[in-house]
Amino acid sequence: MRFSDHRLDPLWEKVQAGERLSRDDGLLLFETEDLLGVGRMADHVKSRREGDRVYFVLNRYISPTNVCVLSCAFCGFARKKGEAGAFEYTIEDIVGMVSEEVREVHIVGGHHPDWPFEYYERMIGALHAARPEVQIKAFTAAEIDYFWRRWRIEPKDSLTRLQEAGLQTMPGGGAEMFSSRLAKSLRYAGKADADRWCEIHGIAHSLGIRTNATMLYGHVETHAERVDHLLRLRQQQDASGGFLTFIALPYQVGATRLVPRGTPPTDNLRTIAAARLLLDNFPHVEAYWVLLGEETASVALHFGADDVNGTLEDERVQHMAGAETPAGVAREQLLRMIHDAGKLPVERDALYNVLRVYN
Amino acid sequence: MPASCPWNATPSTTSSGFTTRVSPDTRLERIRDHALDGKRLDREDGRFLLTEAPLLGIGALASEVRFARIPGKVVTFVIDSNPNYTNVCVTDCQFCAFYRKPGDPEAWTLTVDEVLGKVESAAAQGATTVLLQGGHNPELPLDYYLTIVRETRRRFPQVTPHFFTASEIQTLAQTTSLPLGDVLDRLWDAGQRTLPGGGAEVLSERVRKRIAPKKGGPGAWLEVHREAHRRGFKSTATMMYGHVEGVDDLLDHFDAVRELQDLSGGFTAFVPWSFKPGNTLLEKWIKRYQGPNAYLRMLAVARLYLDNFDHIQASWFSEGKRTGQIALHFGADDWGGTLFEENVHKAADYVNRITVDEIITLIQESGFTPAQRTTEYEILRTY
Repeated sequence: MRFSDHRLDPLWEKVQAGERLSRDDGLLLFETEDLLGVGRMADHVKSRREGDRVYFVLNRYISPTNVCVLSCAFCGFARKKGEAGAFEYTIEDIVGMVSEEVREVHIVGGHHPDWPFEYYERMIGALHAARPEVQIKAFTAAEIDYFWRRWRIEPKDSLTRLQEAGLQTMPGGGAEMFSSRLAKSLRYAGKADADRWCEIHGIAHSLGIRTNATMLYGHVETHAERVDHLLRLRQQQDASGGFLTFIALPYQVGATRLVPRGTPPTDNLRTIAAARLLLDNFPHVEAYWVLLGEETASVALHFGADDVNGTLEDERVQHMAGAETPAGVAREQLLRMIHDAGKLPVERDALYNVLRVYN
Repeated sequence: MPASCPWNATPSTTSSGFTTRVSPDTRLERIRDHALDGKRLDREDGRFLLTEAPLLGIGALASEVRFARIPGKVVTFVIDSNPNYTNVCVTDCQFCAFYRKPGDPEAWTLTVDEVLGKVESAAAQGATTVLLQGGHNPELPLDYYLTIVRETRRRFPQVTPHFFTASEIQTLAQTTSLPLGDVLDRLWDAGQRTLPGGGAEVLSERVRKRIAPKKGGPGAWLEVHREAHRRGFKSTATMMYGHVEGVDDLLDHFDAVRELQDLSGGFTAFVPWSFKPGNTLLEKWIKRYQGPNAYLRMLAVARLYLDNFDHIQASWFSEGKRTGQIALHFGADDWGGTLFEENVHKAADYVNRITVDEIITLIQESGFTPAQRTTEYEILRTY
């Protein structure tokens, strides 16, 4: 492979040999002007792992509440109790949201000041009883940590109880950007930090709960912070091995306006490609189309992504923060996004069991 | 098919008829050697690029060729508007949602003053180019066209009248019974110097017979541009893909414009866009426009195949701003225009808007240097 930036040559040697990239390599991936060079290396890795396959899942996002004790500076979703726009769903509401076709529910919400842990436990139990065939992916490490902060329930205990109630996997949210500098300035220091977030995922993995990992980028972080975040995830995966998918979450400017504009599509493509190259122990890297937009997500399938997530009918968190894409795409749209890229669509469940290949 | 290839691939053969067995990467490497040596790509190369070559591989090569041709990180844009003077048309193209037949209750034709009002409003917004086009309305006399050109020149000297596509000029020649050359001479005398490249669709007999049977074959479009270039006019070459064409039709198109450019050198830029099916007769069969991957491939192939074109335009308007930004890494060096007014895509329920400030930001955040240009690609101001 030929690069317009020759500093990429040694990285390509490593990528071909399956050798791990260093922190400096990671910085170069973010700093080089050879965007397509980075993309081609990531595409090579993706194709070596998955060929032309691109996964999607028909899932349903549910936020039980947006009432939250935190005030993270990047969040346009959270409300205080009684504030206009605050919502709190009952367990019956939540069970009623899961339509016939859904394979997976994804449950993430605010850190509610009053809801006892048992409410969450009952919620998962009721969902599982009503729809035993639906896989339940629920509660970020930040929420699991909050159950300890608020109710002093150790993560191992809360996860065990939730697992018994029917929880199968954990989403990757709440990681934000692993940086004490940013945690302070963006007011998310009251949330699980990098060590705690990773510890909880490690505990989940030891219980047989597969999880995802995310990175919230495109606000005021540095390239070095991005690279360090990715390397911290790689280190945790070496230790506990239970991560399925990495999802890069571009910050949505919406109402919180940490920066005047969202990061450009070229940066989104680069970040996905860099993640694919640095996270050599992650099975999957996702192009989360709801945040990227359909066009960029489709092009990202040539930049190392092998997943576009799925049908998200009620993604309140990102939409209240101003994500442009209308919630709810049909299977047809997902197939088109994948076909447009010349890739092979594979419908999956939460654990990447193949449900159907669309030849 | 390994990559984003909406067009049917056929097995590649060498000139001796044997199926080639080299890997796509090796083949792309050979094409790179040719392209950088200034050796022309042939149809089989083009076929490979359109159907088999890895998308980012072509993109990287197209980008390399773009920087060899247009050094530096400048990406140009033009402040322009695309008003229309009539939607009356007798040509019934199946891909068009804009036109109305004569006598239709929704048919309209602007007076000369109304058209000049449009030019005035574009000029007031800083436009240096007005791309004026319309339906084929046989009722309009030659003088209508000439007056619009002359008055635009006189009243708005800062605006380049980028008026009337090939098929409108052809229609004028027919309705006035003047030779095509005479119509062009009169437009020249009135002050016109450039022609927009619309109405090419895909320059293949087969395609045009199917989607625009009353418009004449590709020869008609090519003849107008050839005659115009001979008189000193500059024009653009466009392509609207994503309907009934196959890979050979696309290659016919590329060959035709490349050949004419060899002869005349009169094309400033190549501008492809995807067909928008909304509200057209073709909508019955074609539900959606081809996506960003096909577009990026088309731009990159154009950059490589059209070795005698200086400029390849990324259309934020027709493909979306995000795709437009990505396209700057796939061989494009021009962002197109502000398109203050646009009605043809709008008729197909496709709308997109932008400001000059936003263009500057979009180009900069993609890693390039924005520069405002004229219709003829002279740089007015670099940001």
